[in-house]
Amino acid sequence: MTTMSAYEIAESVRDQKVTATSVIERSISNANALNPKLNAFLAIDREGALEAAERIDSIIAKGGSPGRLAGVPIALKDNMCKVGLPTTCGSKILEGWNPPYDATVTKLLQSEGAIIVGKTNLDEFAMGSSTENSAFGPTLNPVDLTRVPGGSSGGSASSVAAGIVPIALGSDTGGSIRQPASLCGVVGVKPTYGRVSRYGLVAFASSLDQIGPFTSSVMDSAITLEVISGFDPKDSTSYDQEVGSLSAQRGLSIEGLRVGIVTEFIDGSDPEVVGALRDAAEGLARLGAEVVEISIPETKLGLSAYYLIAPAEASSNLARFDGVRFGLRVEGSNIEETNVLTRTKGFGAEVKRRIMLGTYALSSGYYDAYYAKAQQVRTLIKSGFEQAYQRVDVLISPVSPTTAFKIGERSLDPLAMYLSDVCTIPSNLAGHPAMSVPYALDSQGLPIGVQVLAPALREDLMFRLAFALEESASGVPTLDPSIKEAIIHG
Amino acid sequence: MSSRISPKEVAHVAMLARLSLTDEEAELYASQLSSVLDHASDIESLDIHDLEVTAHPLGLTNRTRMDIVVAGLSQREALSQAPDEAQGMFSVPPVLGEPS
Amino acid sequence: MANIEVSPDELALSGGSEFLPKGWELVCGLEVHTELKTKTKLFCGCENVFGAQANTNVCPTCLGLPGSLPVLNERALEIAAMIGLALSAKVQASIFHRKNYFYPDMPKDFQISQYDIPLNADGYLVLPSGKRIGIERAHVEEDTGKITHLGGTSGRIHGAERALIDYNRSGVPLVEIVSRPDIASPEEAREYVSELRSTLVAIGASDGKMEEGSLRVDANVSVRPVGEVPFRTRCEIKNLNSLRSLVRAITFEARRQVDAYLAGEKVTQQTRHWDENVGRTVALRNKEEAEDYRYFPEPDLVPLRPSEEWIEGLRSQLGELPSERRARLVAGLGLSATNDQVETAISVDLYPFVKSALDAGVDPKIAVARCANELASLTPLDPGFEVSWFVEILRMETEGGVSATQAKSMLSEVAKSLISPKDAQEKLGISQLSEDQLTGTVQEVIQQNPAEWGRFINGESQLQGFFVGKIMKVTSGKADGKAVVRILRNLAERG
Repeated sequence: MTTMSAYEIAESVRDQKVTATSVIERSISNANALNPKLNAFLAIDREGALEAAERIDSIIAKGGSPGRLAGVPIALKDNMCKVGLPTTCGSKILEGWNPPYDATVTKLLQSEGAIIVGKTNLDEFAMGSSTENSAFGPTLNPVDLTRVPGGSSGGSASSVAAGIVPIALGSDTGGSIRQPASLCGVVGVKPTYGRVSRYGLVAFASSLDQIGPFTSSVMDSAITLEVISGFDPKDSTSYDQEVGSLSAQRGLSIEGLRVGIVTEFIDGSDPEVVGALRDAAEGLARLGAEVVEISIPETKLGLSAYYLIAPAEASSNLARFDGVRFGLRVEGSNIEETNVLTRTKGFGAEVKRRIMLGTYALSSGYYDAYYAKAQQVRTLIKSGFEQAYQRVDVLISPVSPTTAFKIGERSLDPLAMYLSDVCTIPSNLAGHPAMSVPYALDSQGLPIGVQVLAPALREDLMFRLAFALEESASGVPTLDPSIKEAIIHG
Repeated sequence: MSSRISPKEVAHVAMLARLSLTDEEAELYASQLSSVLDHASDIESLDIHDLEVTAHPLGLTNRTRMDIVVAGLSQREALSQAPDEAQGMFSVPPVLGEPS
Repeated sequence: MANIEVSPDELALSGGSEFLPKGWELVCGLEVHTELKTKTKLFCGCENVFGAQANTNVCPTCLGLPGSLPVLNERALEIAAMIGLALSAKVQASIFHRKNYFYPDMPKDFQISQYDIPLNADGYLVLPSGKRIGIERAHVEEDTGKITHLGGTSGRIHGAERALIDYNRSGVPLVEIVSRPDIASPEEAREYVSELRSTLVAIGASDGKMEEGSLRVDANVSVRPVGEVPFRTRCEIKNLNSLRSLVRAITFEARRQVDAYLAGEKVTQQTRHWDENVGRTVALRNKEEAEDYRYFPEPDLVPLRPSEEWIEGLRSQLGELPSERRARLVAGLGLSATNDQVETAISVDLYPFVKSALDAGVDPKIAVARCANELASLTPLDPGFEVSWFVEILRMETEGGVSATQAKSMLSEVAKSLISPKDAQEKLGISQLSEDQLTGTVQEVIQQNPAEWGRFINGESQLQGFFVGKIMKVTSGKADGKAVVRILRNLAERG
């Protein structure tokens, strides 16, 4: 990667080797230079970020403590609120909406000295696996500009992969952090459901959504997660125990750690993806881990359950976009007509499709067969994982069955697109933590990530294995030449 | 092509969701939704009637806050994003019927 | 249909089932929404207060802004469970659901409510008449904002040109209390709402103000021939803003339905609106057209699992319910049923006085009478008026230290000047005459009126009043009436 890690930046800023202002200047310059090619950012906040950087520098000059992420430039997926910047969710229906409040993650990052430089592109309302569904155009993969970065947090993955920011936050409902992390060759973490407050994250599917980091190193993800996790009195579903030290897992031995390869996730994956996973397993075994293959048949039901639960919750969560209080309004002769005109014009095709599917799944006569049944399937999947975790400590699998696909390749067939989430969805349904660690490149030089899955609240084990994987990873992706050329080095 | 949802049902669902669809869109959504529901037939056929649902993955219960007033938004902040306002209130076209 | 309109004069006639043609009976259940008396709203920290400037008690959560989340108000939950306990319901594990429908007064376009698993289930309320009305459920939900219809005629919904929305009320905690269809007359409906209101006010759940909308009633009305077992089609009546409206609307609606059946027509399941001005219900929509609410468990809130200790803690906070207060007073007075004095004395403002007086050993008759007559006429009482003053005066009266008349004037003086009973006694010049002094005075009056005294001892007992009056005049009202009578009787016996 072309930039320093967040950890190094914060250290340098604290030690006054560089100023926060210069770090931010460079990050913003890169964002401005690369964005015309990547379309990773929907907003770049030069003025606000520089102001914040000056504050950090002045705290340091006065001998104060600026925080663990002092001067580190960070990008937020544009479904998280920050006062002073619009939040669009990649949708026309919210274009120009300026939230009057900060998300909890925004406050937590800022309280540790991090500086929000901009908001990143996403599939509209986080619905998609390619970041092609944004009302503001697709984001491109910096490794290969003809390919998607994955999604829905494609802008965050792309901006970290291109070295514009060392940390970006994404949200993961069915794989929206892990899959783009894998496709762009960066680390991406979905914590245990409830670890990170969802307050200020525009909801897609409330019982599945979790915020997590994209970084270029496992250490940076560990630090970021330590900063953003914790109980939030504003989120009734947030968990009230400390995540503990994840960064301390680096260098810990994995000898004797029992690692399971999930059979069901290998079955439909490309040979090169499976090959990379086998290599990773061998590497772990060499470090002393006991690697076995393990079947969790219940996970096969994940996709169906997910594509009933997520749209159902979304259909309700997205009802409030009605043209009354904020965002777009297309005025009709009465309120009902106004609702219809606004929503019809404001939502894109994929969002409408999911609202339709979810409304149908909840409607009378179908609730028991679809939504209620799908919620029971979650219990099955959870118990499937629990049984597996009696035999192993952590699981590994592919993240995505394929590497980054071409832009437009899957956009006409929703089901084919949905199938690319098959390895990531079960963790969301179970509420368990999972992350993507870049591991290898395919024959075309495209990144392949390995997914590490752990029991609920066992981020410590997950990171211990991720640190080990990172050590044995082979091959760093080469950025697309036009991106490489445009990067402004510090 | 499966036809689990007819275009007529699609139109009804669109009405519930306050969306208007062209005939072509209704046809397209009918077939696309049908194929997703076809895929879901694997869980439809499961006999798990007595199984508990997973409401919260960690099984949290009884989350409450104290009954203490916290400052919210000013009237100006509340209305700042409103498409239309009048007399300190959100202004919308007339409401035709009572809520159900 | 003019023949079935209900005039206000008819209200008094609607006591039993006689308001319907012979052979028909009313089947009625009520849904009562009560706003809870909390400091803040149900799911956010905005102030729960009536009458503030529009959109000043709002935040991202109660405005339904993207990204906001609900967190349940602990006090609202406690009050809701106390309502359940006061209604002898089972307080149980429950969850919240989303009720999905579009309406601009509902900022999220869904209402957080409870559906198939409510907090409180299976209770009852005993009316002053002794009849028990079943309670199916009492569940927690959030209130909506308020719409003002502009233009058109008189701010009504039809013909309006614009709607203005104030979200101050959005998210205010409500409990919906759903009765079983046990109500058999419009008067019983009035009695039920009135007793429910007293109960809610007594436990501090609600201020009970129907006129401010903090208590709202919908009525489900059907009729059937006496002896028929299955229920017939019901209609739900909305906009019942007062007890008067409630009685009139149920009377009208039941008669309308009987008339329809008698004319060979069908009654269709409808939601109907009560128009107070014309005295009739009008159809809003047919239930078949009802929206599909797509209920599902609210994923942003976690399940409620009340513990036994928590429930028992709340039960101990309930205090004496109106029905228990009534029973205590009726027994104390030796009555077989309640009366107006008792009903006044058990009201929320006055009962603490009666209770303290009874606890201090005051004669129940005196306690209820002074409370229902004198104290009630002095309301609203200055907050500085102390319960102990009331108790002291009544104890003096019970013990015969002061007369009833003196006690009454002392009460009014104490309430007016906020001084202690002792000071009031001094200020009013009320001093207790000794038995000897009083006997002397009585003998003086007898000597001055020998003819009347002769007639009195010969059996004209009605002259007792004549002597008491004279003695009171001489003593400027300082004598205790009871003591005077005793002395008169003693002297008469001696001849």
